[in-house]
Amino acid sequence: MSKALLYDATMCIGCKQCEAACAQQNNLPYDDTVAAETVQSAHKYTVVKTMDDKFMRRLCMHCEKPACASACPVGAFHKTAAGPVVYDVWKCIGCRYCMVACAFNQPKYEWQSLNPRVRKCIMCPDRIAAGKQTACAEICPTGATKFGERDDLIREAKDRIRKDPKYIDRIYGLNEVGGTSVLIISDENPEQYGYPASAKIGDTPIPEYTGRVMDRIPDFVPVWTLVLGGIYWVSHRRDEVAAAEAEEEKQIEGGK
Amino acid sequence: MKIKLTFWRVVFIVVMVLGLYSSYIRYFRGLGAVSNMTDQFPWGLWIGFDCLCGVMLAAGGFIMVGAVYLFNVERLHSVVRPAVLTAFLGYVLFIVGLLFDLGRPWYIWHQLIYMNPHSVMFEVGMCVMTYTTVLLFEFLPNVFEAVNWKAPIKWINKIYPVLIVLGILLSTLHQSSLGSLYLIMPSKLHPFWYTPALPFFFFGSAVAVGLAMTIFESTQSARVFGRQLELPVLVTLGGALLVALWVNLLLRFEDYFHRGLLREIFKPSYEAYFLWLELVLTFVLPIAILSFKKARLSPQWLYLASIFTVLGFITNRLNIALIGFETYVGHHYVPKWTEFSITLMIIAMGFALFAVAVRYLPIFPQEEHGVKPRLRSEPATSPMVSTPVLGHAGD
Repeated sequence: MSKALLYDATMCIGCKQCEAACAQQNNLPYDDTVAAETVQSAHKYTVVKTMDDKFMRRLCMHCEKPACASACPVGAFHKTAAGPVVYDVWKCIGCRYCMVACAFNQPKYEWQSLNPRVRKCIMCPDRIAAGKQTACAEICPTGATKFGERDDLIREAKDRIRKDPKYIDRIYGLNEVGGTSVLIISDENPEQYGYPASAKIGDTPIPEYTGRVMDRIPDFVPVWTLVLGGIYWVSHRRDEVAAAEAEEEKQIEGGK
Repeated sequence: MKIKLTFWRVVFIVVMVLGLYSSYIRYFRGLGAVSNMTDQFPWGLWIGFDCLCGVMLAAGGFIMVGAVYLFNVERLHSVVRPAVLTAFLGYVLFIVGLLFDLGRPWYIWHQLIYMNPHSVMFEVGMCVMTYTTVLLFEFLPNVFEAVNWKAPIKWINKIYPVLIVLGILLSTLHQSSLGSLYLIMPSKLHPFWYTPALPFFFFGSAVAVGLAMTIFESTQSARVFGRQLELPVLVTLGGALLVALWVNLLLRFEDYFHRGLLREIFKPSYEAYFLWLELVLTFVLPIAILSFKKARLSPQWLYLASIFTVLGFITNRLNIALIGFETYVGHHYVPKWTEFSITLMIIAMGFALFAVAVRYLPIFPQEEHGVKPRLRSEPATSPMVSTPVLGHAGD
């Protein structure tokens, strides 16, 4: 039971009201200059990209198994049961491992700040907790961004794809990196708008790549300690024995 | 007392002044002003060099401690102290470097309370913290000896076996984990460098560089501090280095073969040029040199081979940290001069602290520091421990 967003690029009219609503929700400045920016940044969590008369929205994908959460040394990111991947700023030490770990390059940094934070879409967790939609879904005039249960949205996406041949038969985010809470359907491939290729990021949850190594550590530590201790013992035992024998000999001679 | 202005002192002062200016920019203007890091390139020179290379260059400490105290290679005894000193300084400076790179360094202690055991970064952080403490204890006897304070030396001797085993355990863990850090970016790091074997390669390179750095610093110290060069030590290290390089080379090509890259890496491309540079410096040159018996017995050739090895593995880590991401990101990252100047400042601090330590502490086994009997008369309470720490300090 987790919430998700379905973005249907064929329904998007590029009005950018989601951008404005997002900025307002997160207390970020939004004017014509910001609206004209086509890349996400610490002050622009979501962006509607335009190519000719077609559009594609970008935002944090809210992975089911988020790389950022597994990478963060202080656990500043976590996936909530409701769906959003949220960020606890007070924990963050600023190592930026989340940024390099994210396959979608979503975490952005306040490079100019003296007390910088990582910034990204957090899927309006307060609104969801209050039973509301995300700000972007609520404002969307055409329903291109739709909020709902992930399972329901997947069903609906499949439905739309089946009924209309204009769609490419794929739901981006269904299985990518183990599934995400943002799902995209379109008559074009999201890769054309800067999304990473499905084949490249794969269906394996990103945390598994490091998990395979990290899981071995609890076994490795005692075994390696024993090996090292054993080597130490063996290589010093000889000296000890020699010393003890010399001591013994001395005592025997002394006893005579 | 008059301080003479030698060439290197002038260089040192210039580097420090520029470094301090850059530090001001870093802490009063922010990371964006001091570096060319961006949202696309969140890790730059400081992670690539100060952290990845810094920890590798400090590997001599655990390699030499392991060789001498674990495997009883008595011949190498005289290089343990300088190696431990280098390692200790290396880790301290690594932490200094981290204070520049972290966005909120004043929260670095959060590692201790908000632990995330799934994070490789967390593991590296914890290991580095504990290992630096271990190194402090391995280094402290030098200070206590210099001030002739015997009681704490005895205490440290008692726990020395624990320090040795713990130090090597922690080193194994975090040297390899620095490589594991990059396992999380399979879609970003160029396939020349992204391999599930990264942790093994990082450990393997730490071993080779640990040996090479010990050769380098022994030779360098002999020149600078006018000490007698101990050829048998260098020859032993050179032989070990040759073996370590061959093992690294075979594993590396085994991995290329395994991933079907053997043809790919020899086709000219931007990444291939950097890979070739790395392979030539790391393997071709030093192995070629060390394959000649004459070279293995000559301090000059050993010195040269060690320099190539160190430069080669530095190239390797910079390729992983910087070059390997450029294709994915789609543009080049060239560090800003202020980034370079902070890195240089940290290196300069390392050299200066090493020189100061050598001047005032019994790092090298010679009677030239005015420190009286080096506790040779210390009763051997525990034969196995007193031997390593003190037994040979005076020879």
